[in-house]
Amino acid sequence: MSDPVPLTTDHPGQVASATPPEPGWSRRLSDRWLTVAFISPALLLLLAMSVFPLLWALYLSFTDYSATRGGSAHFVWFENYTAILTSAQVHLRAFTTLIYVVGAVTLQTVLGFTIAYLISRRTHGRGLLTTLFLVPMMLSPVVVGLFWRFMLDAQFGVINSMLGSIGLGQVEWLTRQQTALISLIVVDTWQWTPFIMLIALAGLTAVPKYLYEAASIDRASEWFRFRTITLPLVWPLLLIAVLFRAIEAFRLFELVYILTSGGPGVSTETLSFHVYKVAFLGFNTGTASAYGILMVLIVIVLTQLYLRYLNKLKED
Amino acid sequence: MAVSVDEAASTGPVRDRTPRARRFGGRGRSVLEVALLTVLAVVMLFPVLWMIETSIKENRDVYAIPAKFFDFKVTLDHFKDVFFSSGGGRSSLSVSFLNSVVVAGISTVLATVLGVPAAWAYSRFAVKAKKDQLFFILSTRFMPPVVVVIPIFLMYRQLGLIDTKLGLILIYTAFNVPFTIWMMKGFVDEVPAEYEDAAMLDGYTRLQAFRRFTLPLLLPGIAATAVFALIFSWNEFVFAIFLTSGDSVRTAPPAIAGLIGGTTVDWGLVAAASVVFALPVLVFAYLVRKHLIAGVTLGAVRR
Repeated sequence: MSDPVPLTTDHPGQVASATPPEPGWSRRLSDRWLTVAFISPALLLLLAMSVFPLLWALYLSFTDYSATRGGSAHFVWFENYTAILTSAQVHLRAFTTLIYVVGAVTLQTVLGFTIAYLISRRTHGRGLLTTLFLVPMMLSPVVVGLFWRFMLDAQFGVINSMLGSIGLGQVEWLTRQQTALISLIVVDTWQWTPFIMLIALAGLTAVPKYLYEAASIDRASEWFRFRTITLPLVWPLLLIAVLFRAIEAFRLFELVYILTSGGPGVSTETLSFHVYKVAFLGFNTGTASAYGILMVLIVIVLTQLYLRYLNKLKED
Repeated sequence: MAVSVDEAASTGPVRDRTPRARRFGGRGRSVLEVALLTVLAVVMLFPVLWMIETSIKENRDVYAIPAKFFDFKVTLDHFKDVFFSSGGGRSSLSVSFLNSVVVAGISTVLATVLGVPAAWAYSRFAVKAKKDQLFFILSTRFMPPVVVVIPIFLMYRQLGLIDTKLGLILIYTAFNVPFTIWMMKGFVDEVPAEYEDAAMLDGYTRLQAFRRFTLPLLLPGIAATAVFALIFSWNEFVFAIFLTSGDSVRTAPPAIAGLIGGTTVDWGLVAAASVVFALPVLVFAYLVRKHLIAGVTLGAVRR
């Protein structure tokens, strides 16, 4: 008499297992439909706002179009490109950008890693310290630029005031050729050292403790421990942070615009500031587009490097 | 971390002399390290403190030589000037702050609405060349804004979007979608797909399973992602300065930068406006501090 009971409970299960082909089929179809419906709006927006403009810029880069003169654009093929690649002006800007990117990123990396290392050795107050150090990074470059411009002012800036009170002379930070680029590097370093610190700190705290314990049982010196345990384990993450910063520094525009406007002379004109001048002050839209496309190529190379290392890090 | 290892090492050896010497060396060293950290912290924080100080100083003290660090008169006049014009009405700065709220708010909502479903789809389904698509999406975010703004400017001129909030909202949305997708994909990956499978065995469709079971679990992640998108749009300057010019449309960053355009600069006002501008960012950043690494690397690095 107990037999029918299991039979009836079995029954719905059997029905369910008999039907799968149908819901499975519709489910797969709806999955594909969902994928398209969910991904395509985002991709379409990116195509319209990022890819299409770049393609347009690519087209303009082969013409002599000017945004103010209007009229139709004439094809000049690679004239714009050869003009830019052979221009001494552009070479100078490229050199300035190189000094700026290498100088700022190197300083940030050394300082950021040092701070992270020091913080990671503290047992108390780590959270508070980290939070305090992170403040500059969250500020808008506009605010940072304005504020440093005030502090570096030759007459009433606080930096010169402090230099004066310890008996040193006044420095015209932003209006001298030699010091303006240094000031730019210093301000960028001030803002972005926390970025490197944050990522280095994540790497440092992720180093397994037992490695250090094993090393200290072996009586390894501190330097040896740092060189053979800490650095190799933190390095991949640090490299990603460095590449990320390099891309950002290469793109940088706001800080130059606010702090020095490229001056004095052209001593702080980076490539992105120069391209702005060609496009919006010279109105050579065709030339500026070619200029921009060349910069995009550099960014793409850097981004590919970044993504490759990122991929490697994720696979490990 | 290394400190505790040092202690373990110094208590470990039984010999008498070496531990003491080592402990003393360790203490001297740790004093040195604390001192170095303090100096670095002061250097990093000084500009921020100086900005706040300048914003509450009277004009006379702002330009004092040598600079006054402590003995100055406190005034809130600069903050009043940020919000009210001398005539009594609203100042153009306060209008720009309002514009920033509108532009950053709407673009963040749009980026979230577009980005979260896409992130979910990328995380759950087999998509052709998924990795390439995701990398392509991220790389659009790395394009130099000064370069992108040239064709965008021409495009907007054709469409009549120059000097409109809609134009800014569109470009900021496009600029935040890659970030939202990358950041959210990390959060979706953390929610087991089995929850949805189980819900679907119970008879829910895939979409219902997403809405009823996965989405609620994603809410904290969505909030954190939206906060970062909000900060990025709020701080953005390059597109804002090239695509808008009118006082009624301009957002806060170009408006604040415009304060130094004249022959004389009211640094007290600049400082007060900067403080008002930066304060919400710092509060928001503090709220999402747990996700800061993912946020500042555009969702690429997660720890």
